[in-house]
Amino acid sequence: MRMSRIVRIAADILYPAVLIFGLYVVAHGHLTPGGGFQGGAVIATAGALVIVAYSYKEVTGWLKKNVLMGQEVIGLFGFIGVGLLALAFGQVFFFNYLANSGSLFGIPVPYGINAGELNTAGVIPLMNFAVGIEVWGGLTIVILYLLSGLEKEGC
Amino acid sequence: MKKMLVVGVSLLILAAFFGAMAMSFSFGSPKMTDMDDYFLRNGQEQTGSNNECTAVVFDFRGFDTLGESTVLFCAIVGAALMFRKMQGGEEYEDE
Amino acid sequence: MLWNLPFITVVILTLIGLVTVLLKKNIIKVLLGINILNSAVNLFLISLGYREGGVAPIFTLAPSELMVLPTPQALVLTSIVIGVATSALILSFAMILQKKYGTVDIDKIRRLQG
Repeated sequence: MRMSRIVRIAADILYPAVLIFGLYVVAHGHLTPGGGFQGGAVIATAGALVIVAYSYKEVTGWLKKNVLMGQEVIGLFGFIGVGLLALAFGQVFFFNYLANSGSLFGIPVPYGINAGELNTAGVIPLMNFAVGIEVWGGLTIVILYLLSGLEKEGC
Repeated sequence: MKKMLVVGVSLLILAAFFGAMAMSFSFGSPKMTDMDDYFLRNGQEQTGSNNECTAVVFDFRGFDTLGESTVLFCAIVGAALMFRKMQGGEEYEDE
Repeated sequence: MLWNLPFITVVILTLIGLVTVLLKKNIIKVLLGINILNSAVNLFLISLGYREGGVAPIFTLAPSELMVLPTPQALVLTSIVIGVATSALILSFAMILQKKYGTVDIDKIRRLQG
C-alpha cells in the first residue's frame, strides 16, 4: 500500500542525497572515520527508505534482484583481484604496491598531523570501493527478500 | 519452583566468577602495547593513509577482511537460497 | 569500583544474553539473545584498548598525539559484520519455518517433515 503524497515526494528528494552521502563515506575512508563497510550500510538504508514510501510491487520493478546479486559478486572478486595483482609486480599477496610511488594513489605522507589529501594511501581506496559495492548489493538483497512475504497477505 | 532455584543459584555462581575476573582488569592503561606503538609510529609513512584503523583493517591485517567478506557473501547467498523454492513452483522431481 | 564500569556492564550483558538464549521458547527471542551476546563481546574488546586521555587514531586535524590502540577496533569491525550475517540467516530460517509449521515455538517444531 502506498503512503500519502508528501511522504512519496520527500522520499524522492532524499534518495539521491543519501546515496551521495554514502559514497562520500566510502571514498574518504583513508582520511576520516568510515570506510567500506560503514559506507555500504549507509547506502543500503536508501533502499529501505524507498520500500517504506512506495509499495513492494513497484520497488521490485526498479531494484532488480539479478543486478544486485551481480553487484555483490563483482565486489568480492574485485577485492580478491586487487590483492592478486600484487603478484604481477613481484611482491607477496596483498602488498600495497601503489603507496609512496609516483602513480595513481601514491603521494608520500610524512609523520605528523596534517590536513589530509585525497591522492594518498595506495591500494586502500580501491579496496574500499570494492567492499562498499559488495555490502550495498548484499544488504539490499536481504531487505528485499525478507519483505517478500508481505505481498501474499494483501498488504 | 525448583527450576527457578537452580537457575538463580547457577546465575549467582557465574556472576561471582565473571565479576572477580572483571575486577582484575585495569581500565585506561593496557598492559602490552608494543605492536600498536609500531602501528601508530610507522603506519602513516608505510601505507600513506591518515586513518590508522583503515590502515590496520585493510593493509596490516588484510586477511581478516578477506575472510569477513567471504563470510558475508556466503551468508547472503544462503539466505537468498532459502526463498527460491517458495516463489518458483513445484518441487524438483528425479527422473 | 566505579572506574571498572565498562567491564561490569560486559558481565551483566553476558548473563542477560545467556539466560535469554537458554530459557526462551520463541525463535525471535533466541535471536535477540544471540545479538546481546555479540554486543557484550564487542564492548569487551573495545574497552580493552583504551588509553587515558587519548583521542581517536586519525591523523587528520587531530587534537593531540596521544591515541588509543587501533587493533581492537579492527577486530570489532569484523565481529559486527559477522553478527549482521548471522542475524540475516536466522531471520530467513524463521520465515520459512513459520510458513511450513504455522508457529515459531521451538517446542512444537520437533519432527522433520518427510
